[in-house]
Amino acid sequence: MFSFIIRRVGQSVLVLLITGLVAFSMFRFVGDPIDNMLGQERTMEDIERLRAQLGLDQPFPVQYFRFLENAAQGNFGISYRQGRPVAEILLERAPATLELAAVSAILAVIFGIALGVYTAIRRDGVWANVIMAVSLIGVSLPTFLIGILLIYLFSVELGWLPSFGRGDTVAIGSWWTTGFLTETGLKAIILPAITLGLYQMTLIMRLVRSEMLEVLRQDYIRFARARGLKDRVINFRHALKNTMVPVVTVIGLQLGAIIAFAIITETVFQWPGVGLLFINAIQFVDIPVMAAYLMLISVMFVCINLIVDILYVFIDPRLRVDRAEGH
Amino acid sequence: MSLLEINRLSVEFPGRRETFVAVNGANLTVEPGEIHGLVGESGAGKSTIGAAVMGLLDPPGRISNGTIKFKSDEISGLDASAMQSLRGAKISMIFQDPLTSLNPLFTVGQQLIETIELHIGLSSADARKRALELIAAVGIPDPEGRIDQYPHQFSGGMRQRIVIALALCSEPNVIIADEPTTALDVSIQAQILDLIREIAQDRKVGVILITHDMGVIADTTDKVTVMYQGEVVESGPTMKVLGTPEHSYTKSLIAAVPRPTVKLKRFALLSQREAFKIDDLARNWPSTEKSKSGKLLEVKGVTKRFVTRQAIIPSMRQYFTAVDNVSFEIPDGQVFGLVGESGSGKSTVARMIAGLYRLDGGQVTFDGTDVGVGASKDELMAYRRQIQMIFQDPFSSLNPRQRVDAIVAEPARHLGILDGKALTHRVDELLEQVGLGSAAGRKYPHEFSGGQRQRISIARALATQPRFLICDEPTSALDVSVQATILNILKDLQEHLGLTMLFISHDLPVVRQMCDTVGVMRQGQLMEVSDTETLFASPKHEYTQELLSLMPRLDGLSTEGIA
Amino acid sequence: MTDTPISAPDTIEKGRWSRFRESDFYYDFTHSPVAIVSFVVVCILVFSSVFAPLVAPTNPFDPASLNLMNGFTPPMEPNAFTGESFFLGTDDQGRDVFSTILFGMRISLFVGAAAVLFAMVLGIFLGLVSGYFGGWTETIIMRIADVQLTFPSILVAMLIFGIAKGFTPVEYRDQMAIWVLILAIGLSDWVQFARVVRGATIVEKNKDYVAAARLIGRSPWMIMIKHILPNALSPVLVIATISLALAIIAEATLSFLGVGAPPTQPSLGTLIRVGQGFLFSGEWWILFFPACTLLALALAVNLLGDWLRDALNPRLR
Repeated sequence: MFSFIIRRVGQSVLVLLITGLVAFSMFRFVGDPIDNMLGQERTMEDIERLRAQLGLDQPFPVQYFRFLENAAQGNFGISYRQGRPVAEILLERAPATLELAAVSAILAVIFGIALGVYTAIRRDGVWANVIMAVSLIGVSLPTFLIGILLIYLFSVELGWLPSFGRGDTVAIGSWWTTGFLTETGLKAIILPAITLGLYQMTLIMRLVRSEMLEVLRQDYIRFARARGLKDRVINFRHALKNTMVPVVTVIGLQLGAIIAFAIITETVFQWPGVGLLFINAIQFVDIPVMAAYLMLISVMFVCINLIVDILYVFIDPRLRVDRAEGH
Repeated sequence: MSLLEINRLSVEFPGRRETFVAVNGANLTVEPGEIHGLVGESGAGKSTIGAAVMGLLDPPGRISNGTIKFKSDEISGLDASAMQSLRGAKISMIFQDPLTSLNPLFTVGQQLIETIELHIGLSSADARKRALELIAAVGIPDPEGRIDQYPHQFSGGMRQRIVIALALCSEPNVIIADEPTTALDVSIQAQILDLIREIAQDRKVGVILITHDMGVIADTTDKVTVMYQGEVVESGPTMKVLGTPEHSYTKSLIAAVPRPTVKLKRFALLSQREAFKIDDLARNWPSTEKSKSGKLLEVKGVTKRFVTRQAIIPSMRQYFTAVDNVSFEIPDGQVFGLVGESGSGKSTVARMIAGLYRLDGGQVTFDGTDVGVGASKDELMAYRRQIQMIFQDPFSSLNPRQRVDAIVAEPARHLGILDGKALTHRVDELLEQVGLGSAAGRKYPHEFSGGQRQRISIARALATQPRFLICDEPTSALDVSVQATILNILKDLQEHLGLTMLFISHDLPVVRQMCDTVGVMRQGQLMEVSDTETLFASPKHEYTQELLSLMPRLDGLSTEGIA
Repeated sequence: MTDTPISAPDTIEKGRWSRFRESDFYYDFTHSPVAIVSFVVVCILVFSSVFAPLVAPTNPFDPASLNLMNGFTPPMEPNAFTGESFFLGTDDQGRDVFSTILFGMRISLFVGAAAVLFAMVLGIFLGLVSGYFGGWTETIIMRIADVQLTFPSILVAMLIFGIAKGFTPVEYRDQMAIWVLILAIGLSDWVQFARVVRGATIVEKNKDYVAAARLIGRSPWMIMIKHILPNALSPVLVIATISLALAIIAEATLSFLGVGAPPTQPSLGTLIRVGQGFLFSGEWWILFFPACTLLALALAVNLLGDWLRDALNPRLR
């Protein structure tokens, strides 16, 4: 068990090193940082000074190491576009994205699992088929269209909910701001959260359904039926637990995806989060922001995956104990 | 009053083109304390009867006719909830594969206790006590220590014991055992059958034992019902049905069972459809060259290790030695048999000789030429022209996306033995000779049955006119009558073409029928090599003696067509 | 598994077409209204976008045919100034919405199909190699795949797009955008193919027909291409179909976000981006019709993929 967790931690570090390399390469090779940082009027001395200051005269591995060192301390350089430290900008925007992602994730997981189990158990039922048909439309409907549709319906036509922004926020501590404590803030999060959660919910639901159907076909379920166990026990005790083994991994991935997909939702709703920041960074080739965002996202993914792996060990005894002990 | 009475039962599976009748008018009765065998080849409908009694027919299957009575109460028409209370409570079932019958995420104790609580209504402390008793009763040592373990901590045989304990939780009157020992090794198979026997007698439980294995039927059952294509052809006390069969199908089935006691020249009483035309084949076969030393194949000290744990540093890698220093030789025109239980390394030896695995040590010499690690490209090419192989699983040994004529032609074409018209002609001829007809060449493998596919494999192997043939469990995936036909074909090849063969099998009676010399393998080592008659008459090694003692005697079987 | 004789009529040779007509696949198709309808819809959409220059009433990118006076004409109504009427109305510059949709769908489909093709070729190659050879080759390829899989493909596509944008000189950015899109979406999507092909390869390579081919000394590459690949194709087909829907959506999303097809070569996503601006002022049709087309296209392809998966998965039968 411990070797399993340790191996996973090792892999996580590897993932971080690789994404770090990608981020650093972007930083180093895409465009010329000197070009980007100095204006048109520059002298050779300026260039040389900045080059030495940024350590660009050092060999590549040294630069990479320095980059990692800085990144670990939260130092990602200065945004080309805004001229402020990237870390500061990210920190200011992170709460908005995290709150949105959390609400959507909870919606997606709860409804996704419940509907998935329902459609698997009532495989041939009318409602199950209706849900499945609707879910396919859900998968085919790009997130941004869902957002636009919701805005049109609830903001333009009905006028119930705001179409953009985060509403009023309250500061907690030195840097966190929350929209949960004001009425406008709560209203503002409804549409974006549904938009963001809907697609993930559909995916989770379809996955839970297919995994559960697969489990229900297994021999041990047949044998459980042959022993006369009640359907309720078979479905919710035997089948559900076995279904969750593969599902947990994918849900972990999906939760990570929510943070990335927030980019789209944030653009549609002009939600002031890191996603909106990132998309602007791409449009203006603001490399430090892109690199920092990439690192931030990967740290988050790695954490989620680690939690998932630990959860996995709790669900599946085969990872917990040693192999067969002979005849 | 019988415990279970099945009357004129018919089960059908409506399909999109036609309705498939899986069982047609079957009768069967089970008395307390009796083991009733249900025997037949695949597609006979024997498992369907079991599923029908349990109410577990896979949709869209349904009972179309007949009655099933439990203690004279009709149960076939019961609704789902009534069936559920009967299922497990009065009638239990044991499935074939113990590895998949238990839920991997619950301890065996949890699974036992939930079933006991459901059926007997004991408090959880009492249910646990009862579970411990049952674990002890099915012969698992240290119940206290094992009750809280998960299924993956038990070996295959132990898991099947747990499955039996689960079936006993409700103190049922009838147990339906569907191929309960097929997935197990011979030695464990015998123990499980003894356990079933004991339970039937001690607890006065009626058992329906579904199997394809005549040996199991002969050793274990009191009565037997023989099925063929959905119909019961014969039924009665086991000794009588097996000793003096009346129906012609039963007769041919019994005649097709390989006997451990006598070596037959050929299996008799087989259907003559798709006859193998050995004479046509022999006419065009090149006269067999003799090897210089008289020993076509020599295997010296071959060893194979598989990496079980990969590591960058070689010294940290862990290995499993699958074959350990095995040596033997095969003289021209002889059949050498390798026997052993699963995991003994016998197939690995075959694959090393065939060049599919690299040797980790030792030497393989073919007609005086080293064809192991040191062989040159040309030597290997020449070797490949002279050997061929027939595999175990007829479903995986033919590429499903290739047409049969392309399959048969591939070796001869690739090895540059024949091409163009001559090759087409050879393929047509071969398909004709193995009894499939040349039109079979334009079809795909899925259009053929297992036995027919094995004939295609044989045609492929013969297309290069090899001197040496490796048969890796060529019949163990086949029904007994099909096995007899294929064994006859192989005997013909050996006799009329003078082919030298390596014959791998786990089945001692089959080995006795086929081989001149036999090697016994265990855990990668060759324990004993001896000529077949001596080995069966007076085995020297302890392990061989043990294997032979586990072999079903089949003394009660009719000898019609054998003598 | 009794040896039944080959029934007589089978000896008559059948053509590929009649074999196909007798297959379960064909039966399933003709008995599934959903499959037929989505197939027809896909065919119509593909046909009309491939032949867009012939089907479309006007060429929206020909400045000569544009009349700014025609701007904002509602569908099926005559324009207040010119009296011209347009099937699906016009946009702010007086371009016929129906025509822009056809040309936009052409770009969407081209980018989607090319990206999937790229991902498929790359994925099949890497999947075959890692599955067949195993060892370190496999470890390296699958590690990269794992790392990439941790990130949603849309994010990977954005990153690749952003990086590529950084490399292309400003004056070529619009011209290159389509190819960069294909590269970005394709590279973000190969993992699915590689994993499926690797899985199938590992299963197939242990089957005895591969042993039979190795026995006669066939080279690994021939075995992979001639024996293994044909047997791994049906899951690839399913993934390709579903990926096509995803790629079309991904392209639309990127274009919608302004990091995809440029306004000079608008895809459906670009059209929706443009149309969104007019939603609040009442010119709904500029957004609505491209959105519906996108939905119809993605849904039809998805339905087809979903059906294909069930039809080709024998376990569900």
